[in-house]
Amino acid sequence: MAYITIGVFLLVSGLLLWFFPDTSILEYGYAELNGFFNLTPFLFMFLIPAITMRSFAEERREGTYILLASRPLTDWQIILAKYFACLLLILFALLPTLLYYYTIVQLGMPKGNIDGGAVAGSYIGLLLLGGAFAAIGVFSSSVTKNQVIAFAVSVFISFIVYSGFDAMSKIFALGLLEDVFIWLSVNAHFQSMSRGVLDTRDLVYFISFTLLFLGATKLVIGGRKW
Amino acid sequence: MSIQVEGLSKTFAEQKAVDQISFTAVPGKVLGFLGPNGAGKSTTMRMLTGYLQPTSGTATLGGFDTQRESLGMRRILGYLPENTPLYTDMYVREFLAFVADTYQLHQPKLKVREVIERVGLGDEQHKKISMLSKGYKQRVGLAQAMIHDPQILILDEPTTGLDPNQLTDIRELIRNLGRDKTVILSTHIMQEVEALCEQVVIINKGKIVADSLLTDLKSKHKTDSLEEIFRSLTH
Repeated sequence: MAYITIGVFLLVSGLLLWFFPDTSILEYGYAELNGFFNLTPFLFMFLIPAITMRSFAEERREGTYILLASRPLTDWQIILAKYFACLLLILFALLPTLLYYYTIVQLGMPKGNIDGGAVAGSYIGLLLLGGAFAAIGVFSSSVTKNQVIAFAVSVFISFIVYSGFDAMSKIFALGLLEDVFIWLSVNAHFQSMSRGVLDTRDLVYFISFTLLFLGATKLVIGGRKW
Repeated sequence: MSIQVEGLSKTFAEQKAVDQISFTAVPGKVLGFLGPNGAGKSTTMRMLTGYLQPTSGTATLGGFDTQRESLGMRRILGYLPENTPLYTDMYVREFLAFVADTYQLHQPKLKVREVIERVGLGDEQHKKISMLSKGYKQRVGLAQAMIHDPQILILDEPTTGLDPNQLTDIRELIRNLGRDKTVILSTHIMQEVEALCEQVVIINKGKIVADSLLTDLKSKHKTDSLEEIFRSLTH
């Protein structure tokens, strides 16, 4: 299951980046990775829920959660273990894409003409974004015993926080609400990191975003009646 | 290390699943927890493991309160849940090693080998759990409950779906465990109670209707048939 998800991610991102003419770097003509970094959040939006949907929903359906709950483990240990297991998979999905970076470095004219700082920032941003989506996914999985619902809910929440808040800020352009929605938007913080500037505000945003959803998971798991 | 239950109740929405039950289980005497389907056996056991929060009353396992000192309590508890839920896509050894890890046991490999030996899983230990027959799954369930050598064992219907040979093996195993540990097992097979238990607690509609030694229960009702006693008490 995990290997397939990683495989699909690499296949789709590879196809879109190097093969399909509309999005291909080769057609585009500029040796840069922006296309990849703009694309991956949308792939993550579907792939991370696929990774996380099992985490609690399946345990509820199969009745196996009681096996964990009757061991000397705290709720936080269980939640964080599941969360980091998902995060590790995301990391493994991202690692092979460093090959794209190497390729672009080789393709540059002159060779090696690439903004390394921006790429590093983007990768850290992707990882934090993946971490935030994974927290959404783990939370969605904890509220239902149906994996399909868990998947749908987490795709929806991820989409809202990534694109929805952006769109909202445009609706309320030129007001206080615009700033609020931009500040809430995952996309805005991700873009800011993509420029290669590691701002603590973005870091704090992603970490508190993740903690918020893991905390909500704790509330659901702690008050369980199943 | 005994189990003490005092005034334990659980209410789901409008329905009283368990109503003010109290009993004590001690080491060396296997306690049979009987009752018709839906009488509240599993609910009681889930409260004893700390999984469900009681509406009122307390349960103490080996001196640990199941709600307030849950973590310490879970270290000395071995629990076989109803219907034996297992991670069926794991391999037997992989699963038991994982369980050993959750208790942070020393020499987990050795413990896994020992417990596989004790429950008689030797021939099946390299298989996936989903490939095992019901009886062997049941053994995996027992293995995960006793791998950390717990002082208290709570077994929810440990012998459902076993063939007569497996039944004998598993009963022998439980009897051995019961010599020096506190064991509560639920069942509705009366022969099992005769074969294994010294003390009997019968509940009906959430209330305790009998709590005594098996021999006392028989002499009190002036019959040797536990089935008859069970029917007259729970009808």
